Amino acid sequence: MTITKATKLEQDRQPCIIIKNMHKWYGDFHVLKNINLDVSKGEKIVICGPSGSGKSTMIRCINRLEEHQEGQIIVDHVELTNDLKNIESVRREVGMVFQHFNLFPHLTVLENCTLAPIWVRRIPKAEAEATAMQFLQRVKIPEQANKYPGQLSGGQQQRVAIARSLCMRPNIMLFDEPTSALDPEMIKEVLDTMVELANEGITMLCVTHEMGFAKQVADRVIFMDGGEIIESNTPQEFFDNPQHERTKLFLSQILDH
Amino acid sequence: MSNKLYVPGTHPDLPPPSNTVGVINWLKTNLFSSPTNTFVTLVCLLFLTQLLPPMFNWLFIDAAYGGNSRQECVAQGSGACWAFISERLNLFVYGFYPIEERWRINLAFCLLLVTLAAVLWDRIPARKYFLAYACIFPFIATWLLIGGLGLTEVPTSDFGGLMLTLVIGVTGISFSLPLGVLLALGRQSELPIIRVFCISFIEFMRGVPLITLLFVASNMLSYFLPPGTNFDLLLRVLIMVTLFASAYMAEVIRGGLQAIPKGQIEAADSLGLKYWSTMRLIILPQALKISIPGIVNTFIGLYKDTTLVIIIGLMDPLGIGRASLADPAWLGLSIEVYIFVAIFFFLCCFSMSRYSLYLEDKLVTEHKH
Repeated sequence: MTITKATKLEQDRQPCIIIKNMHKWYGDFHVLKNINLDVSKGEKIVICGPSGSGKSTMIRCINRLEEHQEGQIIVDHVELTNDLKNIESVRREVGMVFQHFNLFPHLTVLENCTLAPIWVRRIPKAEAEATAMQFLQRVKIPEQANKYPGQLSGGQQQRVAIARSLCMRPNIMLFDEPTSALDPEMIKEVLDTMVELANEGITMLCVTHEMGFAKQVADRVIFMDGGEIIESNTPQEFFDNPQHERTKLFLSQILDH
Repeated sequence: MSNKLYVPGTHPDLPPPSNTVGVINWLKTNLFSSPTNTFVTLVCLLFLTQLLPPMFNWLFIDAAYGGNSRQECVAQGSGACWAFISERLNLFVYGFYPIEERWRINLAFCLLLVTLAAVLWDRIPARKYFLAYACIFPFIATWLLIGGLGLTEVPTSDFGGLMLTLVIGVTGISFSLPLGVLLALGRQSELPIIRVFCISFIEFMRGVPLITLLFVASNMLSYFLPPGTNFDLLLRVLIMVTLFASAYMAEVIRGGLQAIPKGQIEAADSLGLKYWSTMRLIILPQALKISIPGIVNTFIGLYKDTTLVIIIGLMDPLGIGRASLADPAWLGLSIEVYIFVAIFFFLCCFSMSRYSLYLEDKLVTEHKH
């Protein structure tokens, strides 16, 4: 069933992210090696792998927080080059949620959410605030709108960060280990928000170690190690029938405790 | 405190134990907590009782408030001779500004107070208009002080006293901050030309004493400038003082900039904000907040450094004081003069310091404990 779902995706939907033969170095260190990845519109991809495998670096290349040195990255028909105009237009359409939330501590929750719509999209303040309240409602913390991030719990902060990204109405959402800095009790509230978001059909790339989340929402799971994509498969195939030795080892380590 | 038993999960919040609150307890813990502490407290008290009454007597009780010469002061009492200060007060405040034009200084000062209120206090009603006014205030003040356009022109060499200090101090403070911000950002620029220029400027200005720069401003510039150009001395001093302070400011602000986590820039980038928006809306508000103590420190240093202009012949309060001391009728009153000048500077600098504390407190966005 999942296989037909995957083939259907590939046939029906045009790719909105194309990564072709992409390489990246930090100085002499070859971090990403020949990355090839097509992401269809509305697809949910979970990326996992040991730490230092390049997963975060890869999704950070998609909105050019990291620069790649070779190969191509095309996001929504815009190629990422040194052209600032292209980079800005990609960033407007791609939302990102970080491990450490990166909320703006000097602004209230509401101001965090309206800042980019007002200054990047030039939306009138009242309209931006209405939209922000709507998204805060969706992540279930409208009552915290006038507090500062420092007054919220980690889980609440991460949900604000999700709302802040959504306020720009992105086509694609990148999640960079969104639950890794959270207490176990708060992980669930953030994952619930992400599941809800996934069900609404947004394109999603998520670096995470939450295998339950991967099984529940992912269309595809990608396993990375040593800067390479080792394996890419549907969650069912990936967990039940991993092809590569390295994947088997990784899965045995994270699932057996 | 009785150790009453509660069912787990129902323990209420109790008030703190009574021996941790109250005045007596404060005295006990802070002044008489140990034999050494008690001894130090008593010695200090002894010192204060010996020191304060005579000081108070000299300053106020035995002081002479009226009179026309030192002799008359001495006849009135053995304390301070404030008559001297009050007789010279106008000179101390206005310098050699023409007497019939001094209302212009008073007016400019009142306008300055309104400007300060608008800039420093964000709950002033209709602040938008006040801030717009604050932007044109420098032009109004310049016009009022220098004249022209219907007002009698006053040469800047007549400027002096507290008024001169305020002119240099306020100009230096208000221009060195934005300039310092630009230099700090320029120092981190990815463009080598801008970066090298900013670093050289900052290092040069910090590496040279202010007095040297003032000498350059007063003497050397005339060698470099085309012959015949008349470049006002006060303006040259203002520029030098501002540039000097901006170099220090830049380093203070750089400290603040470096304390901002990289994630803040990444978050701003990922939302599509451009460089200047990111700096203006995200980075600088946080960096400046962290830098407040350092910024105000630089302001206070700059404000006190204005007294150095005495060296190139400008008559700041100290200059006026020294000139007044040469008056045969008032010989030997230097203590009074310096106390007066010290009080003036202390009031200004202490206000800046208190304001910075108020601002820091106001900008706290975390839980207050």
